[in-house]
Amino acid sequence: MSVTTWGWLIIAFPLAGSVLIGLLFRVLPAKAAGWIGTLAIALAFACSIGALLAMLGHPAEEREFANTLYDYAGAAGIPFDLGIYVDQLSVFMALVVTGVSMLIHLYSLAYMGSDAGYRRFFSFLNFFVFSMLLLVLAGNYVLLIVGWAFVGFASYALISFWYRRRTATAAGMKAFVINVIGDIGLMFAAILLIKEIGVSDYGSVFERAPEAFTTNEWTIVAICLLLMLGAFAKSAQAPLHTWLADAMEGPTPVSALIHAATMVTAGVYLIARSYPLFTLAPTAADIAAFVGLFTLLMAATIALAVTDLKRIIAFSTMSQIGYMIVGVSIGAYSAGLFHLMTHAFFKALLFMAAGSVIAAMAAVQDIDRMRGFRRAMPFTSAALIAGALALAGFPGTSGFFSKDEILAFAATRGGMYWIFAVGGYIGAILTAFYSFRIVFRVVYGEPCEEARELEQGHIHHGEPINPATGEREDTDVGFPGPEHHIAEREWPMKVAMAVLAFGALFGGLIQIPGVTDVLESFLEPVFAASPIAAGVHVSTTDAYIGLAVGGICSLLGIGAAFYMYMVAPGSTVRLRDRFGRLHDFLFNRWYFDELIDALVYRPVVACGRFASGTFERVVVDGIVRGTSDGVGGLGTVVRTAQSGFVRFYALLVVVGLAGLGLYFLLAAS
Amino acid sequence: MGTTWYLVLSALLFAIGAGGVLIRRNPLVILLCLELMLNSANLALLAFGRHLGNADAQVFAMIVMVVAACEVVVGLGLIVAMYRRRIPLDVDENRGLRG
Amino acid sequence: MEQVAFFAGAIGALGGAIAVIALRNPFYSVLALVVHLFSLAGLFLLLHAEFVAAAQVVVYAGAVMVLYVFVAAYIGGFEEPLWDAIPGQRILAPLVAGALFVELSIAVLGSGLKSLGSEGEVIPIGFGSPEAVGRLMLERFLIPFEAASLLLLIAAVGAVVLAGRRPEPEGRVDREGMV
Repeated sequence: MSVTTWGWLIIAFPLAGSVLIGLLFRVLPAKAAGWIGTLAIALAFACSIGALLAMLGHPAEEREFANTLYDYAGAAGIPFDLGIYVDQLSVFMALVVTGVSMLIHLYSLAYMGSDAGYRRFFSFLNFFVFSMLLLVLAGNYVLLIVGWAFVGFASYALISFWYRRRTATAAGMKAFVINVIGDIGLMFAAILLIKEIGVSDYGSVFERAPEAFTTNEWTIVAICLLLMLGAFAKSAQAPLHTWLADAMEGPTPVSALIHAATMVTAGVYLIARSYPLFTLAPTAADIAAFVGLFTLLMAATIALAVTDLKRIIAFSTMSQIGYMIVGVSIGAYSAGLFHLMTHAFFKALLFMAAGSVIAAMAAVQDIDRMRGFRRAMPFTSAALIAGALALAGFPGTSGFFSKDEILAFAATRGGMYWIFAVGGYIGAILTAFYSFRIVFRVVYGEPCEEARELEQGHIHHGEPINPATGEREDTDVGFPGPEHHIAEREWPMKVAMAVLAFGALFGGLIQIPGVTDVLESFLEPVFAASPIAAGVHVSTTDAYIGLAVGGICSLLGIGAAFYMYMVAPGSTVRLRDRFGRLHDFLFNRWYFDELIDALVYRPVVACGRFASGTFERVVVDGIVRGTSDGVGGLGTVVRTAQSGFVRFYALLVVVGLAGLGLYFLLAAS
Repeated sequence: MGTTWYLVLSALLFAIGAGGVLIRRNPLVILLCLELMLNSANLALLAFGRHLGNADAQVFAMIVMVVAACEVVVGLGLIVAMYRRRIPLDVDENRGLRG
Repeated sequence: MEQVAFFAGAIGALGGAIAVIALRNPFYSVLALVVHLFSLAGLFLLLHAEFVAAAQVVVYAGAVMVLYVFVAAYIGGFEEPLWDAIPGQRILAPLVAGALFVELSIAVLGSGLKSLGSEGEVIPIGFGSPEAVGRLMLERFLIPFEAASLLLLIAAVGAVVLAGRRPEPEGRVDREGMV
């Protein structure tokens, strides 16, 4: 089968799964819906492999395939078609997305077990995978926007999955609104592009772009900035990042899939895919890199202070995506994408393990209350440690190779780009610290009450209470189910976590500098036209120096965490008390929510209140009521002629007669 | 006497009748003033009739007299009915047409 | 001779008319109108309308005014209040009536009909005699004649219906004159 046929099938299976579960949800038994969903994604994964194999059958230079199902140009008047574009980048993304999604579906089979919205969950999850695949396989910017918007919707539907929880629906709306801001940027970019070049499909755009624009001409910079707006909203980079932390209201598999592995990486994909445009607008690319750097450091510092387990991991995601954005903005395309893949592995693993721990804690997410699960949950603890090692970039793990490849590239590129290398290494120390903050607090130490209960073989049962607001929840549909599932007892969770742990620990082996370069050589033809990628070559020596520095940073971070939590427990508390204001600043997430509230929300609400209160009342109502009052007033004036006095009417008659006579007299004279 | 004299007299009587209708409040007197106006019209008719030597005007004047008689009958009937029902005999008191 | 008769008739008519509108007691107004009608009958004679003059005296001053006299006696006197409910009516009404008179006079006096000043055509003998009027009525104006008699019938019936005995309705009469 041709590559593009595989491509269409990749998209078709999750869509079919979603629609099938959706249509049959009343008659389908819960488990069956789960298996259908998982099977659909597994088939999509198989098709991705099929596409890869079919593609490998072609020589390396000719691995770009486009296929169109329907051309809308005639119908809609804008140049776009229902077409996919399958090249190495798309296949890579498809493999990552379908692979990780398949494992997360497997995990959810067990994790969401007692939830009343089980079938709805799988339908939405399949729909999300379909939209994400549509996004990465789309062949033109307009279809990309379609996939983008669908993904945004799926994210909203899944964040607000427990729709009777006020905090969940608020978080869903917040995510959606911020994503829409990005969508607007993306749409304007596409409009500008179509206006300037006249086509929207990738092949033609990238061909004509160098002729249509001069370097750093304001139009192309504007287009790239608008694209970045979309990317930053979707990938939760500053200042459009505030939604990601709140999005942890969704179920843990959702956090694992959407907010760690796939949706948030859409922005990275977009920048990588549009690299010819960014090559023509180096200003925009540099701005993107700086934003990525800022987010990287900001999120890492916040992760040091927050106490909600899922939120620590969320900020970690933000930070790691900052690395990826830096990577694809400075020209380290394959390195950035490699980090995308490894991050998908270990972040999904971390979320899964966190889900298991939270289940054991009966839905409490505060790490201040979690301690010593080492004996009670050995498998989960091992998974947590594996993920943390990869996140910290411990030598030998996948994160080690991928993260440091980006930083080595930055250092090699030299000049201004040293900032990224230095910032990245500082971030690496912080990353290592906070990842082992989680490990040392959750896994080691004296077992907390729930852990002790679990050692006896009994999962702690808590009252269904919303961890954020403390309000009591009714476990009917719209709230989390009453039962909790931990990895030790459910084999699907174990299998998924094991596979991911393997990938997190050993995935780096495909890209050891100087030894293997599977990914880089595979992706190289895609980015062949980039002058940066061609001009900058990281020598093996420099690569190893970078790896060494990275390894030292990670060990530093782990060591510091070890000292503060294991050797001298309580030192972090003393630090917190001593630097109270700094801690508050970090704990409140750099007050970004308050900033946006003051800068954006309040003025808009004030405008709205002005419009509805003053403008509506005075101007609009004034016109309407003024008109009716005017007519009424006129009527009142005219009514005085209807006095009811007969003599008055007679007077009017005679006056009229006299007037008429006068007229005739004058006319005759 | 020239026809003009009769016509001017007729106009004067008509104006006096119109003024009376507008000034008086007793419906009976208003009817009387109406009679004045009708008669002045008769006078004018007959004056023109004589001027043109046409006797049609006299027939016309007879018909006017008939109509005036009918109108008087109906009007007086109304006034009697009003009096019977103790409705005040004052056109200004009866303002039912007030809008 | 003719001028004297004319002026006598004119003064009588005018005096009667002014008395009608000026006298407070309606009974006196009725009597004044009778005088006016008689004067007009005299003027009709001057205009060679003998039959019409006779009809005026017999029908109008005779029958119609007797009706008025009856009703005025039945109703009784009625003093009109001095204040005027309609503001400005007292002033406007004479003004407007005066304006009307002026206009009509201008129309008559300034008219292009040159011959108005003269006495008019030569009147044949028997111009206004009953025979001439009767002949016209029954020959040329038959239909208007019959219509007039129908009108009289309707008026008679209407009068009977209007003034016929009806049970006095209960309730007071409010200011608007509604029961």
